[in-house]
Amino acid sequence: MNTSLQLIPDQASTTAARTDALFLFILAVSVFFTLLIAGLVIYFSLRYRRKSPDERPKPILGSLKLELAWTFLPLALVMIMFSWGAIIFFSNSRPPADAMEIYVIGKQWMWKFQHPEGPREINTLHVPVNRPVKLLMTSEDVIHDLFIPAFRIKHDVVPGRMLTQWFTATKVGEYHLFCSQYCGMQHANMNGKVIVMEEADYQKWLTGAETGSSAADAGEKLFLKYGCALCHSSRAPTMAGLFASTVKLADGSTVKADESYLRQSILQPRAQVVAGYSADLMPSFAGQLSEEQIMQLLAYIKSQKEVAATSQAANNSQKEGDSPSQAVSNSQKEGDSPSQAVSNSQKEGDSPSQAVSNSQKEGASPSQSVVKSQKEVASPSPAVSKSQKEVAATSPAATGNESP
Amino acid sequence: MSKVIDYASALPPLPAPDYLHDGTGLRSWLLTVDHKRIAVLYMISLTFFFMVGGIAALLIRLQLLSPNSTLMEAETYNRMFTTHGVIMVFFFLVPSIPAVIGNFIVPLQVGARDMAFPRINLLSWYLYVIGGLITLYAIISGGVDTGWTFYTPYSSLYANSKVVPTVIGIFISGFSSILTGLNFVVTIHTMRAPGLTWGRLPLMLWSLYATSIIFILGTPVIAITLALVGVERVFHLGIFDPKMGGDPVLFQHLFWFYSHPAVYIMILPSMGVVSDIIACFSRKRIFGYGFVAASSIAIAVLSFLVWGHHMFVAGESVYSAMIFSFLSFFVAIPSAIKVFNWTATLYRGSISFETPMLYALGFIGLFTMGGLTGLMLATLAVDVHVHDTYFIIAHFHYIMVGGAVMGYLGAIHYWWPKITGKMYPDIWGRVSAFIIFIGFNLTFFPQFILGYLGMPRRYYTYPEEFQMLNVFSTAGASILGVGYLMPLVYLLWSLKYGKPAGPNPWGATTLEWKVSSPPPKHNFASIPLVTEEAYDYTKEPTNAA
Repeated sequence: MNTSLQLIPDQASTTAARTDALFLFILAVSVFFTLLIAGLVIYFSLRYRRKSPDERPKPILGSLKLELAWTFLPLALVMIMFSWGAIIFFSNSRPPADAMEIYVIGKQWMWKFQHPEGPREINTLHVPVNRPVKLLMTSEDVIHDLFIPAFRIKHDVVPGRMLTQWFTATKVGEYHLFCSQYCGMQHANMNGKVIVMEEADYQKWLTGAETGSSAADAGEKLFLKYGCALCHSSRAPTMAGLFASTVKLADGSTVKADESYLRQSILQPRAQVVAGYSADLMPSFAGQLSEEQIMQLLAYIKSQKEVAATSQAANNSQKEGDSPSQAVSNSQKEGDSPSQAVSNSQKEGDSPSQAVSNSQKEGASPSQSVVKSQKEVASPSPAVSKSQKEVAATSPAATGNESP
Repeated sequence: MSKVIDYASALPPLPAPDYLHDGTGLRSWLLTVDHKRIAVLYMISLTFFFMVGGIAALLIRLQLLSPNSTLMEAETYNRMFTTHGVIMVFFFLVPSIPAVIGNFIVPLQVGARDMAFPRINLLSWYLYVIGGLITLYAIISGGVDTGWTFYTPYSSLYANSKVVPTVIGIFISGFSSILTGLNFVVTIHTMRAPGLTWGRLPLMLWSLYATSIIFILGTPVIAITLALVGVERVFHLGIFDPKMGGDPVLFQHLFWFYSHPAVYIMILPSMGVVSDIIACFSRKRIFGYGFVAASSIAIAVLSFLVWGHHMFVAGESVYSAMIFSFLSFFVAIPSAIKVFNWTATLYRGSISFETPMLYALGFIGLFTMGGLTGLMLATLAVDVHVHDTYFIIAHFHYIMVGGAVMGYLGAIHYWWPKITGKMYPDIWGRVSAFIIFIGFNLTFFPQFILGYLGMPRRYYTYPEEFQMLNVFSTAGASILGVGYLMPLVYLLWSLKYGKPAGPNPWGATTLEWKVSSPPPKHNFASIPLVTEEAYDYTKEPTNAA
């Protein structure tokens, strides 16, 4: 980050330069008209200043030609602005299909990020350069807004809804990340940074960070824990291949099984019932699952493409073996990546209460030493996890998908 | 512009008391139904609220002087910017020109003896004061920290501050707006003097008429919306809270359905003021009168179709965002038409530069910049970046302070001789106009850059690289503060020491200048007959009653 006076922020995403070009175009038009008006006002004021008190200038009624000119010329100019802006906006609203998905939860007053491969972070987001990243965002309490000036993107994070935005970072570096929708007392401290890394460094960071389970794995555990699997195998629709498919509903309409449909089906199961199934079968899980858990369930459901049941089971048992260490290692990630520690301590100066709640919630510091040793234990068998990871990295959507 | 059948002046001069001296004592003021006295009551109460909001603004700027200022805690700062926003928007800007200048000028300019509903006019002042006092109580007894936008579910569930009394205060004062708008519409429709056709109306009246449409159609929506926030907060009915099946974004739709048109409530009256002033001080009829008048109505109508441009990143669909962006650009056109016509009015005029004219010319410059930066916000991709940053703050202050407050001060300086019968020292007026223009630009121009660099609004602490521009801005704010205090001093001074103004010190043509200053209680001894257009500056003006 540059500390000298800048006029334009860093351009660090594919859309940054496009947005700036459009901005500069409108700026040029604006400067032209401001100078035109100011110039005319000053020129007329000097040229036609009152020289004697009894001057009676001839009235001028107006000119239809001029009126039409300064109606339609500006109209043409603003229509260019509209179209140009709409084109960029429209393309920015369509994330590429292969975008890496990161779950984002906003809560008073912190940002939680969950990477597809497992690592979770608070207020710091590590992303690889030149890879499209799609943020799936929701809020646990009030409306927040995730704003990354260097990427020229921003979107509200609304409770009860899953909204998305995406970017492809183009420049390695550290950039501000702000909450830009007023959300209460520590709104000004609900910020952090985005760290854009070379792909290799990102992979290295993942390795260093990764001992935890992926979102999909965590979701799978919830799926078992809450007994979803009991029905969603026979009496209720199965999850295999459900995501992004078209579902026929009891009322005859169809709906695409996207994140918001799945989310709603968990929280309000009777709203859109699948054709051929009882509406009374499924209870609502509203109030039982946190936003984070819902996201993990969604990640699990999304990972369930047409999977062969046998390999799935094998995969499960293998994963289960890791689980005792997971809770501990997760907490490590959330509290303790070196950069995080810095930003946390900064914050502690400002609001002791927040820092306390952070550490309480994530249980960061006390487990640190445990985690260290855990990691050393984990290291002798990197081959297995590495190979898994490589599969995951190339196709993040297929995290839980076991290749035969 | 008109032949006034003025029997009073034909007779030997009777010492008929003017409205200021017709009855003295508190009672004669608090129970008055004279539109001019009600205007003065409004002027005093608005000046008070402007000072409250101004002090809050000054404290905000002091806090932002350094990135980790310890002047205020987060909680205090959040209450401070909410106080600033709520007071300035609902208790100063919205009523400003309509309630003070409009109340005074509308009956005089239409050639009537009072408003259509004088008692309702007084009621509207009481509603304003009661609403204001309740809001002040909320601010003093604990404060509000939601921002003037009251976004849910923060305001309805999470905020730990006096949200309910504040929205009750705004709710009540909303009726003041509605009644004022109603009074203007009926007065302008039914009480125009004979011969004063729509095509001869001063542009001030066209603007106030357009403003009144928004008052009547928009204000009930904000009143209901804020009432719903109160209902959800007190009775826990699920309206905006998603946990109870509500929709937090619904609030934003309802809120901006009023609050975008409210921007035009603030700016349209200023446009009317500027039209009157520019015609007077360049001794020319307004170039393209019909286009300027029609553009006021066009702005009022279009203002109701663009609220979605506040929500491009709030989760509305891509397609509705595109439609709102498209429509928003159309509001730019009538505004541009006005600016071009005012500029063209100066062409071959006879221009003099008394204080009101300096404010009007300053208005043109600042409004042009505010309007053009509005284009950047209507543009989807650019708005995504600058939304909720200091760019927005800068933009709407250029419109609301650079536009509306410059217009208000221009109007005060233009009609002060009529209201009080006294002249203020013009040199001090010019100096203050100049200081305000400089201070304003120094305060708000750096905020455009801050915003584009990404500094979010409503931050009591900020990254260090933003400091330099914030220091500029705070320096400008202190200059601006001095500029605003000066008129307070010399205008009050003029009440006692100012030279008598005479009925028409500026040589203006509209009807209010045909009566003495200050006007007699019932304005016109006989209703004038209008035979000419509003701005006929071809004849010799007189400054004699």
